[in-house]
Amino acid sequence: MTRVGIVGIGHGVFGRRSDATVQELAFEAFRDALNDAGIDRAAIDASVIGAVPEYHKQRSLAGVVQEYLGLVPKPTWLTEVACASGSAAIRTAWMSIKAGLHDVVAVIGCQKMTEMSTAEILALMGRVGEVQWESGFGTTFPGYYAMFAKRHMHEYGTTREQLLQVAVKNHFYGAKNPNALFRKEITLEKAIASEEVATPFQVYDCCANADGAACVILASEDRAKEITQQTVWLDGVACATASMSVLRRPSLTGLPSAEKAAADAYAMAGIGPADVKVADVHDCFTVAEIMAYEDLGFCKKGAGGPFIAERQSYIGGKVAVNVDGGLKAKGHPIGATGVSMTYEIAKQLRGEAGERQVPNADVGLTHNVGGIGQYCFVQVLKRD
Amino acid sequence: MFEWFGKVNFTPYTKVSDFARHLRDGHLMGSRCKKCGATSFPPRADCEACTSGDFEFYEVSGKATLNTFTKIVAAPTGFEDEVPYIVGVVDLAEGGRALAWFGESVPEGAIEIGMELQVVPRIFEEMEDIKVYYSLEQPGTTWSQVDRTW
Repeated sequence: MTRVGIVGIGHGVFGRRSDATVQELAFEAFRDALNDAGIDRAAIDASVIGAVPEYHKQRSLAGVVQEYLGLVPKPTWLTEVACASGSAAIRTAWMSIKAGLHDVVAVIGCQKMTEMSTAEILALMGRVGEVQWESGFGTTFPGYYAMFAKRHMHEYGTTREQLLQVAVKNHFYGAKNPNALFRKEITLEKAIASEEVATPFQVYDCCANADGAACVILASEDRAKEITQQTVWLDGVACATASMSVLRRPSLTGLPSAEKAAADAYAMAGIGPADVKVADVHDCFTVAEIMAYEDLGFCKKGAGGPFIAERQSYIGGKVAVNVDGGLKAKGHPIGATGVSMTYEIAKQLRGEAGERQVPNADVGLTHNVGGIGQYCFVQVLKRD
Repeated sequence: MFEWFGKVNFTPYTKVSDFARHLRDGHLMGSRCKKCGATSFPPRADCEACTSGDFEFYEVSGKATLNTFTKIVAAPTGFEDEVPYIVGVVDLAEGGRALAWFGESVPEGAIEIGMELQVVPRIFEEMEDIKVYYSLEQPGTTWSQVDRTW
């Protein structure tokens, strides 16, 4: 079967985008990716849209995006697995090329969130917990991860400072990313003085809702070689699940879906965690990045706190993590996030990340979590 | 009558709806598969182990250990008047878990992971409709010691 590569990448500015509809956001990223690949729309065989439909007034989002991109009458479809919808879109595009159905597929992750109030979003996101037995107690998305954090602190001695050091790092790099929502560094003192959200979390433990879009164009090996000399190969595209309900999880200090998806992605790509030079992981909350270090095998279980405290996830450490600012500083337009991660890692492997470039980045990874770990997608990317 | 369960209820119709009636009467029920005997809390109609759909309710003791908790300050729609509230996940003595609010018998400062608790059936006194839930209380707290108005 053909290898599948990334031949074009595009990214819009994340933030409160009161200037644009969701299809207009999608177009920004799509145009950017077409220009990057140096191809025109006629070369695209199909599109896959990653988005969470509940946030938009427009029903059936793939249709309106497809029309606005000018891709009618080519095929399109929408993928939804909460905050991992973008990676699911990439995975299904990858499948369609592997199957020989299509040769060149555009994947667009896009989301408009800021037309809803924060309370409405808290209610909607809280319902990614199990609604029959949990949501009736007013659970929230930060509340769930806060409970993971409490348990992690209890079992492994992880500290508030270690958690917030993740936010400090991600703001440090986000300040260097022109597409990020928050482009300023923060201090630990400022983070620890911020307002409470759900104990132990304060505002700086949490990523921000945002609008935005990102695009990657995938191609079969033969087509990729015709299009570009700098293809980034998508050699591992794993997905795993964990129970919807936290009441049915084996433990509350990590995401079993992430451990499984990582093991599968490493096996598909024939690498191990020590080979990864740069990773984008799903830091929707500070503890989520610490759990990701562990679930991905960058450090031992429970050692995620010291890992950040020792700056092992900065450029120059064991593995550079979220050096685009992560969800924390970039913002988290949920459907766009997974595609944004793949965009960033492709950029790193092409050596085009500017002042946040990781030296000798030849193997990269993305870790995109849906909900509170019900879904996890791990990709391994390589350059020739 | 599963719409009785929870301050806000998102799933009024379920095969385990009698859970809410038992809860109103002061009984916390799990499910047991009549075919293979596997038990579950929260209850489920279809056996996770053997796929049988033949189940019965059985009463659980409510004895529990605190696994984790959080105090929610930023509330979702429908819970603005409750903040701040503390949500805990407990491991039940008979297996399974429950997620619930802490009741008034447990002062906030006394809450710590690993503490013993009792899951106690409750009713929202201030609401006109029947609204039932359960709360996390000091061991030994029984349903009859919890305020109720009807």
